Amino acid sequence: MYRYDEFDQEFIGHRVAQFRDQVARRLSGEITEDQFKPLRLQNGVYLQLHAYMLRIAVPYGTLSPRQLRMLAHIARKYDKGYGHFTTRQNLQFHWPALKDIPDILADLASVEMHGIQTSGNCIRNVTADHFAGAAADEIIDPRPYAEILRQWSSLHPEFLFLPRKFKIAVTGAERDRAAVQVHDIGLHAKRNEKGEIGFAVFVGGGLGRTPMIAHKIRDFLPEEDLLSYMESILRVYNLYGRRDNKYKARIKILVHEAGAEAITRQVEEDFARIKDSALKLPEEEIHRIRAYFALPDLPAREAESRKLSAARVTDSALDAWVRQNSVEHKVPGHVAVTVSLKPIGGTPGDATHEQMDLLADLAERYSASEARVSHEQNIVFPHVAKDDLPELFAELQRSGLATANAGLITDIISCPGLDYCSLANARSIPVAQRISERFGAPERQRLIGDLKIKISGCINACGHHHVGHIGILGVEKKGEEFYQITLGGSGDEHTSIGEIIGRGFSSEEVVDAIETIVDKYLEVRERPEETFLATYRRLGQEPFKEALYGDA
Amino acid sequence: MAAAATPKMITANELRDGYVVFLGPNGSWVRSVEAGQLLAEGPELDQAKAYAQAQHDARVVVEPYVIDIVVKDGVPVPERLKERIRAKGPTVDYGKDEVARLGRAS
Repeated sequence: MYRYDEFDQEFIGHRVAQFRDQVARRLSGEITEDQFKPLRLQNGVYLQLHAYMLRIAVPYGTLSPRQLRMLAHIARKYDKGYGHFTTRQNLQFHWPALKDIPDILADLASVEMHGIQTSGNCIRNVTADHFAGAAADEIIDPRPYAEILRQWSSLHPEFLFLPRKFKIAVTGAERDRAAVQVHDIGLHAKRNEKGEIGFAVFVGGGLGRTPMIAHKIRDFLPEEDLLSYMESILRVYNLYGRRDNKYKARIKILVHEAGAEAITRQVEEDFARIKDSALKLPEEEIHRIRAYFALPDLPAREAESRKLSAARVTDSALDAWVRQNSVEHKVPGHVAVTVSLKPIGGTPGDATHEQMDLLADLAERYSASEARVSHEQNIVFPHVAKDDLPELFAELQRSGLATANAGLITDIISCPGLDYCSLANARSIPVAQRISERFGAPERQRLIGDLKIKISGCINACGHHHVGHIGILGVEKKGEEFYQITLGGSGDEHTSIGEIIGRGFSSEEVVDAIETIVDKYLEVRERPEETFLATYRRLGQEPFKEALYGDA
Repeated sequence: MAAAATPKMITANELRDGYVVFLGPNGSWVRSVEAGQLLAEGPELDQAKAYAQAQHDARVVVEPYVIDIVVKDGVPVPERLKERIRAKGPTVDYGKDEVARLGRAS
């Protein structure tokens, strides 16, 4: 893992002291709420529906056991004993007292964490494939580049007051697990025919009120030009992005209104001017950063574990969990494991302090001291020996963390919704819980197969509903919660935006409506391997529309 | 005469802790909506709003605002769902309560 250097650590320390002073001045009356609000937001402190909320950046979703234990400690000491992992690979505490937040930030700084740039119109936490550095299908580990981007974008003086927030995602595999095409900038690291590293550059994707799929403006940007090119994109956006209307201020609107060709031309012109300047990435610096992300020393093992195979024969729960929640690792005899934070009927993405402590212990024992947060609101252990899976499963099972549902219908993404968020119009979590309960039987989930349901409680789309195979958007209609359903969305390498199927459903009706859609899918799929998404893409809306609304 | 106007209440968050509070009797801030003071539109509400703003300026609470209330069986309930959730907390359990519930279910 990357370790802060002395500058990083010193800076974070200063920042905590600065915020401590700002809080003291706010509480003593030297500064007003209007003066204080932008300062607290710059440190990730929101005032939400019930209380303050602290959003903590988890760079590219990577957590060490030390950091997880500190999050557990903060949950226990300053909050209500739990935290919420978000769709941006971050963690939110929903109940911290303002007077305690300087102490919380000091605790976080001691483990190289903070809440800077988790709010406001700046470059936010850079996200990456949660299986980075582990997945068998990976070509390039995206984390060194995510880290380089983190360093470049942290307090970049030119880009702290952009027209709107700005999100960058990086992947290094053909299978896109980082949803790069629905980010402001998406980067796909790859090799050319000469074996050199470069990036496909996607610009102008996004969800929210106006969902858009990004345009690829470069197929192969040489590695050394990464920062210059990013700087040029941001510069064009900063200059020409709209500031008159916050709903039209994201780069996706600029790209849409000006056209991808025009934007590409402007970016390329600026890039031609600066490409050989100070931002050119020196080879030795890339090597230095990459060394932090070296594959851990995993002992050589046989590709198949006899111990695991034997245990799977006698333990069907273990067998189902291994099948569903592990993926092949680049080192034989190992897997990357998804620890589901989606227990049947639970709150997607929540973890208690005891669970965080346990995850820290287990990461240390079984995953080379590494854990990840996925944008699907689960925890990943990237480096687990197959031999260790039975023991790991047993440990997780004891703490309610062994749900075998990664990628299945109950692995639902959900924003906090109206239960916590002051922007929301409708609740998300109770809908997720009811769907989870309705489809919770293991055989039923497995029969349905891969199906991603994503729920947002408002049009800002933190729950990524536009790219759910089934998306659910909560709205308020005449004072009541109402849910609009979209079908056919996908956030992978074949990204698509879901289409609204028809009129929405009341809170009472929505779970039945989802069941109607799923039953129809089971009826019309050509064979069990044809996923919901594939079936929808083959047949379109009609069968589902008819099932939901009849012929009328 | 027109029907009685919707009663109002003033709500805010405590500055130091962030908790949701309601303006209660005698200028106090209370955490339970049931203990909040019902206010009639007109001079009574105007006076309470001025007081609440002064409390904001005096760093007791943050960003006070007026909500509509419906009195049901003598109990004040915020009219909008958002304000009902704000008054009563999340409608879902969390933390150890959720873990306990899920443990019982499995």
